[in-house]
Amino acid sequence: MAEAQNIPVGSTTAGAIAVAAEADSTVATRMSAPPSFDVADFPVPHGREEEWRFTPLERLRGLHDGTATATGEGVKVAVEAPEGVTVETVGRDDARLGRAGTPVDRVAAQAYSAFEQASVVTVPKETVLTEPIRIAVHGEGGTAYGHQVVELGAFAEAVVVIDHTGDAVLAANVDYVLGDGAKLTVVSVQDWDDKAVHVGQHNALVGRDASFKSVVVTFGGDVVRLHPRVTYAGPGGEAELYGLYFTDAGQHQEHRLLVDHNVPHCKSNVAYKGALQGDDAHAVWIGDVLIEAKAEGTDTYEMNRNLVLTDGARVDSVPNLEIETGEIVGAGHASATGRFDDEQLFYLMARGIPEIDARRLVVRGFFAELVQQIGVPDIEERLIAKIEEELEASVA
Amino acid sequence: MATLEIRDLHVTVEADNATKEILKGVDLTVKQGETHAIMGPNGSGKSTLAYSLAGHPKYTITGGTVTLDGEDVLEMSVDERARAGLFLAMQYPVEVPGVSVSNFLRTSATAVRGEAPKLRTWVKEVKEAMERLNMDPAFAERNVNEGFSGGEKKRHEILQLELLKPKIAILDETDSGLDVDALRVVSEGVNRVRETGEVGTLLITHYTRILRYIKPDYVHVFSAGRIVESGGAELADKLEEEGYEAYTKGGASA
Ligand SMILES: Nc1ncnc2c1ncn2[C@@H]1O[C@H](COP(=O)(O)OP(=O)(O)OP(=O)(O)O)[C@@H](O)[C@H]1O
Ligand SMILES: [Mg+2]
Repeated sequence: MAEAQNIPVGSTTAGAIAVAAEADSTVATRMSAPPSFDVADFPVPHGREEEWRFTPLERLRGLHDGTATATGEGVKVAVEAPEGVTVETVGRDDARLGRAGTPVDRVAAQAYSAFEQASVVTVPKETVLTEPIRIAVHGEGGTAYGHQVVELGAFAEAVVVIDHTGDAVLAANVDYVLGDGAKLTVVSVQDWDDKAVHVGQHNALVGRDASFKSVVVTFGGDVVRLHPRVTYAGPGGEAELYGLYFTDAGQHQEHRLLVDHNVPHCKSNVAYKGALQGDDAHAVWIGDVLIEAKAEGTDTYEMNRNLVLTDGARVDSVPNLEIETGEIVGAGHASATGRFDDEQLFYLMARGIPEIDARRLVVRGFFAELVQQIGVPDIEERLIAKIEEELEASVA
Repeated sequence: MATLEIRDLHVTVEADNATKEILKGVDLTVKQGETHAIMGPNGSGKSTLAYSLAGHPKYTITGGTVTLDGEDVLEMSVDERARAGLFLAMQYPVEVPGVSVSNFLRTSATAVRGEAPKLRTWVKEVKEAMERLNMDPAFAERNVNEGFSGGEKKRHEILQLELLKPKIAILDETDSGLDVDALRVVSEGVNRVRETGEVGTLLITHYTRILRYIKPDYVHVFSAGRIVESGGAELADKLEEEGYEAYTKGGASA
C-alpha cells in the first residue's frame, strides 16, 4: 500500500489541527459529559454523541445503559509476577485506585462504579525486573467489571503483559502510575473469542523523566473499545503508544487515544496500524493529542495506517491535534487508509510467488516496522505468528 | 526447446463501463534462443499483450490461445505462469512497502526453482548479479521498488531476470526512462541472459535505440492491437527512418 492514494469505499479519514487561541479544548467539548468516577454523571448514550457515534451500542450487551449485571464468576484474573513485585487484591476504598485518570465515558464510569475488588501490582522504586509481569484475564462466559492498577516506584523498570482471552462481557479500567524516571512497557493483547465484548479505559500517569510504552494488540472479540490515555506528572516524560489490530468480518474494534501534554518538555509518539478483512469488519481509530498552553517544548507525532484486504470492511480514522502554544519542538499527524493493492499482488505472483504467500508478504511487511518497535522478543514472535494465523484463516 | 505460441489472441478491458477490445488477433511464435522485438506507437496494445501473457486480472481474453511447450498458459494462474517459465519485466514496476528486496528475491527464487536456494551460494549469486548491474548492495535491504528511480527499477527487473532464468522473457519498455549509461548496463544484463541460449526474448519497445545493444532476430510492427508487419533487424532501420505513420494510418482504416 502506498501512501493513502486510494481511499476505499467505506472509509473515512478526517483530520484536524486546531490551533486554539484560548484553553477552550475541543477534545473536552466533544464529550457529552465531563470526566467523572460516578456513572450517574453520564447520560445513557443514544449513539449520536461524538464519542459514541461509531460504536454499535446494541452490541455492548448492556454495558452502556446499566443493564449488564456482573455474574460474579466467569472472568478470571491471574497475576504472575517475578520476585520483588507486590500483588494485592483490594477493596473499592483503596486510596491507590483511580489516580492515573478519571473515566471519560459512561462505560468507563460504569466499570469504576461497579467493580467490587481491584488488583494492585506494585514494583518498588529502583527495582529493575528482568522478567515480565503477566496478567491473564480469561473469560468463561461471564460479565464483569474490573479495575487494575500497575504502579512503578521511581526508577523502577518493568514489562507487563496483559492477556485477554476467552469469552466475556467486560468493562474494566487500568491505571498505570509511573514514578520519576520509571520505565514501563505494557502489552495489552485482546485475543478474545468471537463473542466477547470488552470496553475499557487505560490511563497512564507518566512521572518526571519517566518512559511509558504501550502496545495495544487487538485481534479478537465482537466489540472491543479501548481508550488508551496519557497525562504527565512532570517534565521530561515520554510516551510511545503503539497499536496493532486485525479486524475480521463482523468485528468492531475501536481505539480512542488521548495524549494530554499538560506539562512542558514531554514527548509522545503514537503509531497504530490495522488490517481489515471481511464483511462488516469495522475499525475505528481516534487519535486526540492536546498540547496545553503551558506545555512548551512538546514533541509529538501520531500516525494511523489501515490496510483494507477485502471489500465490505470499513475504517474510520480521525487524528486530531490541538495546539495551544507555539513554543513546541514538533507536532504532526498522519492517517492513511489503503486497499490491499492488487497490483502488488500481481507483481509478486508474476515472480512465481503463490497468492497466499504474496498476501502474507505484503501484510507482514505492513506490520513489520511496528512489530519491531515493541522490543519484547517473545511478544514480537507471538504477534507475527498471530498475524499469520489471521491471514491463514482469511485465505482458507 | 521451449516455445511460446500465441494464436489469434483477442483481449478486452473494461473502461468507463464499456468493454474495449485492445488486442485484435495477435499471432506470434517465440522460441528459446530467439529475440523478437515488438515495436509500435503509444497505445497500440504492446503492454496489453505483455500483461495478458503474464495473466494480469484486468485483461480479459476473449479469443485465441497461448501455449508454452504445448501447455495452455491461459488456464494458469499468474504465479503458475511464472513458475512455468514466463517472465515479465514490467514497464512500471510496482512498489511493495515493507518487503525487502532480499526477502522478495529469495521468496521468488524459491518459488520458481521449486526449492529454497542454498543460503551461501544464494548470497553470492545475488551479490554478483547486483555488481554486474552496478547496483549498490544497499538495495538488498530496501523495500521493493520503494523510492527507486526509474533506472533503478529497470535494473531491479533485469536483476530478477538474471536470477530467475525464465524460458521466455517479455521485456516491456525496459529501455524507457534510461539514460545512455543505464541503457548499456541493462542491455548487457539482458544479453548475458540471452547468451545462455536458453531464453526466448520478447523485447517490447517504442524506440529503436535499445536495438543497437540488443540485436533482434525478428522485428514486428504492432499497431492497433495486432502485428501488421514482420521482418528481420532491417525492419527496425526502416522504422527509425520512417516512423510509424504508415502503419497507424493503415491500422486506423483497417
Ligand atoms: N487497464 C486498462 N484500462 C483501460 N484501458 C486500458 C487498460 N490497459 C490498456 N488500456 C488501453 O488500451 C490501449 C493500449 O494500451 P497499452 O498500454 O497496451 O499500449 P502500449 O502499446 O503499451 O502503449 P505505450 O507505448 O504508451 O506503453 C490504450 O488505449 C489504453 O488506454
Ligand atoms: Mg506500454
